[in-house]
Amino acid sequence: MSVITHHDIHIPGTYLFDGKAAIKGYALNKMCYSFNSAENRAEFLKDEDAYCTKYGLNDEQRKAIRERNVLALIHAGGCIYYLAKFAGIFGLNVQDVGAQQTGMTVEEFKKMLKAQGE
Amino acid sequence: MARIVGGLTTSHIPAIGNAVPKEKELVNDPYWREFFAAYPPARAWLRKMRPDVAIVIYNDHGLNFFLDKMPTFAIGAAAKYENADEGWGIPKTPPFQGDPELSWHIIESLVEDEIDVTSCQEMLVDHGFTVPMQLFWPDFSYTDVKTVPVCINTVQHPLPSPMRCYRLGQAIGRAIESYPKDLRVVVLGTGGMSHQLDGERAGFINKKFDRMCLDKIVDEPELLTRYSIPELIREAGAQGAEFILWLTMRGALHPKVKKITSSYHIAISNTATGLLVLENSDPSAEAPLKQTARLSAD
Repeated sequence: MSVITHHDIHIPGTYLFDGKAAIKGYALNKMCYSFNSAENRAEFLKDEDAYCTKYGLNDEQRKAIRERNVLALIHAGGCIYYLAKFAGIFGLNVQDVGAQQTGMTVEEFKKMLKAQGE
Repeated sequence: MARIVGGLTTSHIPAIGNAVPKEKELVNDPYWREFFAAYPPARAWLRKMRPDVAIVIYNDHGLNFFLDKMPTFAIGAAAKYENADEGWGIPKTPPFQGDPELSWHIIESLVEDEIDVTSCQEMLVDHGFTVPMQLFWPDFSYTDVKTVPVCINTVQHPLPSPMRCYRLGQAIGRAIESYPKDLRVVVLGTGGMSHQLDGERAGFINKKFDRMCLDKIVDEPELLTRYSIPELIREAGAQGAEFILWLTMRGALHPKVKKITSSYHIAISNTATGLLVLENSDPSAEAPLKQTARLSAD
């Protein structure tokens, strides 16, 4: 019996967070999960690099964290639900994150959302 | 016997959690007006039905569960549930009452029914749970209603298929209707409708597909269970897969239901919002027969 797994089905601009990504992004996601706690968010802001070391992030992940680059974080194994907690540290919401990933301004992104209802 | 009086579904976007406490001001706000206008009929129906318990089918977004242990289906079995800091500033809400006895009845019945679940005697509930409770029972009036959280994994693939979730709902329905206490139960399915937060396709919304789902889930839900998860994601966006939570709710109701109200709005935050209230068909037509049979057997 052949098994069709999710990563065999390609949806443009869409990355399903599967086992492969879960392995790759474990350290990164674990760090972002820790941002549920205000104390941890403060510790990260105090010394980002030390905090990344504490969670064992690789170079690709550290670079994406430094650059606040959401697409690069996803390619490095990040899961959006945990990344949202990272974005939250800087007061960024899902529309800011959506605009960044689509290369739009936040205003353009909001317009695009609204237009889909017309 | 316990009875499911109906089911409700609503989107659970975090932004709503911040807006709900300010609803009285926002009903005239151009951004929120249409969204909040949809809820009074749902609340009026709930006041009429006076449910004792709400079974809340939702997904955790990284508050209670992490990737170290990720159950496909998890059920709360606690006396009390609380929310907590989710990292991006959702307000803390008063705690929610649990019903451990009913939770364990459902857990036992599901496993007997060949659906294996993770039981949780401690469980934080996130916006997927708290926002719908706040929307349906405004001003924190939910404290009179007992709750059973049913959490379905939508974080890490593979996700359970629409068909599997519908069958879980059916098994939850059987569990509740075999519970000996006289309880009036509502089932909430939360999340949806089409939306996508991640990737270059972020912001994707599919009005045509959502409208079709809102329509078919009432009388022909089994049509919707034919989608695979990748197909659902293609049509409804990566997080639009939350529609499996709606299908779980629908599975718990009887085949015949009455639509009380529905609403659809684009967009709040990145999401097409949907609201649906279904009243369960009254099983009383069958009840006397069952009772007669039981009496003669006694």
